[in-house]
Amino acid sequence: MPDNLSASHKAASIRSRIRRLKFNDYVFSLVGLVCMMLGVVTLLALFTDLLLDGMERLNYEFFTSFPSRRAEHAGILSAWVGTMLVMLVTALVAVPMGVAAAIYLEEYAPSNLLTAIIEINVSNLAGVPSIIYGLLALGLFVYQLGLGQSILTAGLTLGLLILPIVIVATRESLRTIPREIREAAYALGATRWQMIYDHVLPYSRGGILTGVIIGMSRAIGETAPIITIGALTFIAFLPPPPFTPEAPYVSFEWLFAPFTVLPIQMFNWVSRPEEAFLINAAATGVVIIVMTLAMNALAIFLRYRIRKNIKW
Amino acid sequence: MTNFNLKALAAALLGGTLAVSLPVQAATPIVTVDGSSTVYPITEAVAEDFQKLKKNKVQVTVGISGTGGGFKKFCRGDIDISDASRPILKKEMELCAQNGVKYIELPVAFDALTVVIHPKNTWAEKMTVAELKKIWEPAAQGKITKWNQVNPAWPDAPLKLFGAGADSGTFDYFTEAIVGKSKSSRGDFTASEDDNVLVQGVSRDINALGFFGYAYYVANTNKLKASAIIEKDGKPAVLPSVETVMNGSYQPLARPIFIYVSNKSLDKPEVREFVEFYLKNAPELVKEVKYIPLGAEDYKLALKNVTNRKLGTGFGGTAEVGVLVSDLLAREGKH
Repeated sequence: MPDNLSASHKAASIRSRIRRLKFNDYVFSLVGLVCMMLGVVTLLALFTDLLLDGMERLNYEFFTSFPSRRAEHAGILSAWVGTMLVMLVTALVAVPMGVAAAIYLEEYAPSNLLTAIIEINVSNLAGVPSIIYGLLALGLFVYQLGLGQSILTAGLTLGLLILPIVIVATRESLRTIPREIREAAYALGATRWQMIYDHVLPYSRGGILTGVIIGMSRAIGETAPIITIGALTFIAFLPPPPFTPEAPYVSFEWLFAPFTVLPIQMFNWVSRPEEAFLINAAATGVVIIVMTLAMNALAIFLRYRIRKNIKW
Repeated sequence: MTNFNLKALAAALLGGTLAVSLPVQAATPIVTVDGSSTVYPITEAVAEDFQKLKKNKVQVTVGISGTGGGFKKFCRGDIDISDASRPILKKEMELCAQNGVKYIELPVAFDALTVVIHPKNTWAEKMTVAELKKIWEPAAQGKITKWNQVNPAWPDAPLKLFGAGADSGTFDYFTEAIVGKSKSSRGDFTASEDDNVLVQGVSRDINALGFFGYAYYVANTNKLKASAIIEKDGKPAVLPSVETVMNGSYQPLARPIFIYVSNKSLDKPEVREFVEFYLKNAPELVKEVKYIPLGAEDYKLALKNVTNRKLGTGFGGTAEVGVLVSDLLAREGKH
């Protein structure tokens, strides 16, 4: 039966072809897995190593002490407070500016040459090395505007640094809102701003938030621009508190206070001769990583919550 | 989120305008120090104890911009005190003069540049300055690559060199003392501004030779060995130590390190108190951070110079090897 034979031949060749393709599938998934594990395992190994080295110093005292020449008594109080305050200013700068810029580009900007140039610039800015922002800030904020080597300068610098990230993430997020939502709003007589403010923004805040937090986690580890603008290494006092007992009860003096941040403190300890300081450096590294991971976790959690609450 | 955004924007704008329109006034007096990373540990220790003594009524900040960076800020009048691991240079003196910044030069401690080898290296436990010059001078570049080319008694093994980066005061002083001209050195060696990198490098290679500040050697005596230095033929080989530096026998690699105090800042009581505290407590604190204190007389002399406002530098814009601190403090100040 030649017909039968050829049919079974055909079936066999198809089967082997499928097998081969499935094998390719398998190989790729394996390669992908290895690639992914490479990143995760490296991070885990680094983190475990830091944790093992810095464990003994990670106690209450470490967080509540100022730096000191005696490694066992040295702590990161001024550094973590500095990092927190700088991050606060960074967020206050980058979020409103970034979101506003993204809304303009996405919803208002006419599609002409100027807009195209702005868009190209925004994507390019995301790739500019951070030290360049530091140099810009040194010239502009520190000397031209006379803001000094202060928390405000650092916050503005890092704010500019993450601005492109916030803009890009916000635009992506705005773009995911279906056209029908906008049209429905218009159909009910909403103006463009009402449509954006009441519909588009609330639905896209999950994505915006993710972008902001990714930007912030980049900013938290930045050392180069902060060193360029002249952050200090030894600071054994905290900035003045934002609230005062007398009127007007709020004070913005802290914005102009000298400061240090965690990465600088860590860098200084790494380069000290005594090995005991390396333990401090490792402990500081753990704190930075945990802060970054916590911010990312918060982003994931908030995105999940917000997505769940969206009802179209 | 959107509400928050608007509020945040408003707060930022409000905060910005308020803060800018209000005159900035420091509630607590503040002493600002910046400069050399070599002097940093001493100043940090002094600042720590000073603030404790003052119960935080006075604040002290210490930055690390390097000696050159520190002088730049100092001569612009941005800071009160500059940490320096070498004397002020001609160019920096001119800059200070331009901006009307007058200063008092105060040696605060010694640092002993230490030539280090691997602990298992038995042949280079003593080295003459001439041998070191043969290794480090610019003419050695690409030519002197084996130990036996320097001294035939040494093994036929590759010579691996580690040294301070070309921007550091340490590099300036080492080249001045060994080669005879500041910044004149071969370029084919592993250079790093981070001395711990040099420590690692030398401790991992039996054929390595390196140099860096005494504090890094003392912290790593289990990994490194210091080479005893013979200044000239006929002189004994001297190892770096607190004694040999203080009695002046460790030559030519012992160097004084300084703070420069702005004369104008010295009018502020907190700066004056800080400097006096610095000089009075230096003997103790310097030892604690593994540097070598000056003689007790020298600190007294330095204090007197502060009281008398003896302005200017004793060097005149160039580095000098083997200068006596007491001499230096008595010299006519140049501007």
